[in-house]
Amino acid sequence: MNWMKYLPLYFLISALVIIPGLYSLVRFGFKLSIEFTGGTRLTLVSTTSSSASIMESFKDYSPLLESAGDHSLTLKSKEISQEKVQNILDSLKTDNPEITLTEFETIGPALGQETIRKTINALVIASVLLLAYISFAFKQLKYGICAVLAMFHDTAVLLGSFSLLGHFLGVEIDLLFVTAVLTILSFSVHDTIVVYDRIRELSHKNKAVSYTSLVNQAVTETMARSLNNSLTIIFMLLALFLMGGETTKYFSLALLIGTITGTYSSTFTAAPLLIIWDKFSQRKNLR
Amino acid sequence: MSISKPLKVSLLILFLTIISLYIVLPAKIGNFSIPRLNYQIGNLDFGKEIELKQGLDIKGGLQVILMADMKDIPDVDKASALEALKTNIGRRIDPLGVSESGLKTAVSGNDYRLIIELPGETDPQEALKRIGRIAKMEFALPQFTPGKTATDAAEFAGFISTDLTGDDLKSASVTFESQDRSPAVSLIFKDSGRDKFAKLTKENLGKPITILLDGVEISSPVVQSEIIDGQAQITGKFTTEEAKALSVQLNAGALPVPVSIISQKNIPATLGADSIQKSLTAGSIGLFMVIFFMIAYYGKMGFIASLGLILYGLYTLALYKLIPVVLSLPGIAGFLLSVGMAVDSNILVFERYQEEIRAGRDWRVALELAFGRAWDSIKDANTATIITGLILLNPLDWPFLNTSGSVKGFALTLILGIFISLFTGIIVTRNLLRLFFRERTSKNSELITNNSST
Repeated sequence: MNWMKYLPLYFLISALVIIPGLYSLVRFGFKLSIEFTGGTRLTLVSTTSSSASIMESFKDYSPLLESAGDHSLTLKSKEISQEKVQNILDSLKTDNPEITLTEFETIGPALGQETIRKTINALVIASVLLLAYISFAFKQLKYGICAVLAMFHDTAVLLGSFSLLGHFLGVEIDLLFVTAVLTILSFSVHDTIVVYDRIRELSHKNKAVSYTSLVNQAVTETMARSLNNSLTIIFMLLALFLMGGETTKYFSLALLIGTITGTYSSTFTAAPLLIIWDKFSQRKNLR
Repeated sequence: MSISKPLKVSLLILFLTIISLYIVLPAKIGNFSIPRLNYQIGNLDFGKEIELKQGLDIKGGLQVILMADMKDIPDVDKASALEALKTNIGRRIDPLGVSESGLKTAVSGNDYRLIIELPGETDPQEALKRIGRIAKMEFALPQFTPGKTATDAAEFAGFISTDLTGDDLKSASVTFESQDRSPAVSLIFKDSGRDKFAKLTKENLGKPITILLDGVEISSPVVQSEIIDGQAQITGKFTTEEAKALSVQLNAGALPVPVSIISQKNIPATLGADSIQKSLTAGSIGLFMVIFFMIAYYGKMGFIASLGLILYGLYTLALYKLIPVVLSLPGIAGFLLSVGMAVDSNILVFERYQEEIRAGRDWRVALELAFGRAWDSIKDANTATIITGLILLNPLDWPFLNTSGSVKGFALTLILGIFISLFTGIIVTRNLLRLFFRERTSKNSELITNNSST
């Protein structure tokens, strides 16, 4: 099958997925967790009065209701110390005799800023190292650059979809999401390398064939492996997303989205980019 | 180049499997108890059941990051003041040093921080009170009631406070005595303390003075002479480490550092128990689906790969217990993800095998070729994953990269996963295939003797 005949189609599909996400990213940004912004999140149980009246008592800290059950609620606010929370709870005790604080998390704003900085550092260092490694392993800069471009493609999909999820479903970006993004960087490159490896091997064998058909052959031969490997990962992540605990739910979702786009991009972005690169460099050589 | 090599490797695999089973399985299953080995390496006692360490997010507890206010501390003393703070708070939260509480210092730019983890802490507010207190040092006089007979030791009856406190002490440091170079601790008092100390030493010549930090005795030197210049030395049979530890504690009293909470997390234990149960259920279902898929798609080969996958899980758990890896919820997710990824090398090899078969090769040749040729891809691809894994793990604790425990836990499980999956996916599966895998097309079924590449 001649996969490489439909190059514009693949880029169109990518654009259709990436552009809404990027639009959302520019327009709405992310819904950042307190790990990045600083602030407090706490869960109260055995509440008896309405959540509105409980929220009222936290009004000095601009509280936001995150979720509320029959006798419990989780809220997010500016930074409060546990001592002050306890004072507020004491004042609520007349109406809610059993009220107790279970989960409590508070992070200073400076620490949040630092986390953002470290995250950006990690992403930049990972990109540079992977670029260097692939260029070195394949002894040509174009492989490194195209693989990293495909990696950015996957990052864009992931960031965009979480910006949309944040805007419409209130899904937050936390430190685990960052971990997921870095893991997906490596998965994306992992999958791309398998395709590139086959291109390299084939180019040693048959030198007479055009580069396009070489890439095409490599893509065809690695397709089954790429799909099967992704399927096994998807099985695991899907199970974890649907049945795993609340803590790792969106972490699994991020990895799931990343795995799917990573599989797509190694065949339909990373390989086509090589062909385009090849065409451009040939045009230059003719002049 | 003989028949014995695959056999040797198989014996090694069998040995590793038995050891791993021994480590992973509980000491007692129903009425049957596994005999324990009487063997020890360092702190690892193989005679006991080795436990899987659970992180704070599973066990529940308290995590606090404190920032030390160093504005009154001279630059040169900042690092030792932070150390003193650590020792001091460590003693308050865990006087006997038995719990699994974790204390770590971290310096980020001009911020001096202390990260405290108290697994299983159920009263965070009480714990915070103990932690947040400022160190209080005082010099006191121990009182004794004389023993009944002359040979009977005097009985300790309590301390009497004096007006000399940590505020009067300027600093303490380790010195070495001029005669025998033995380590000692030298004290320098502030002007406010010089006269108080002179009076105290004059009145208590030949008696001990006890130095109390937060009410706990840290040293009781005996006064040898009246000291009027505010400079004293505590001598004794110290090792250099002991002298250093004492000076750190004295400085904690001399330079008390106020702390403030910059981050706090209370995690109820029930939350983790629920999440771990769900993750394990999800993991088992995921594993079942992966195995089902491998067998459905690759048949006999898939079955052998599934055996390799189960061994992968077994070895990984055994290593988690041995190292030990503190298992957090993201860590479990990382482990499950790695199970999904572990079959990748198998899939690469099997696809390669089918290509070689299609190219018309005999299955035995195809099998050996497949392993050899797939290795390049496997090696290159996994190096990329290890690079990002290392950035997440940040093994040298570089301050410009992440230092969060949960992220590191995930990264460690990911990296371990790669190495173990390479072992099970390549060496273990290859040997199992050599021993048990036969294609119908072959006319004779003798063992493969050609090991041109292993």
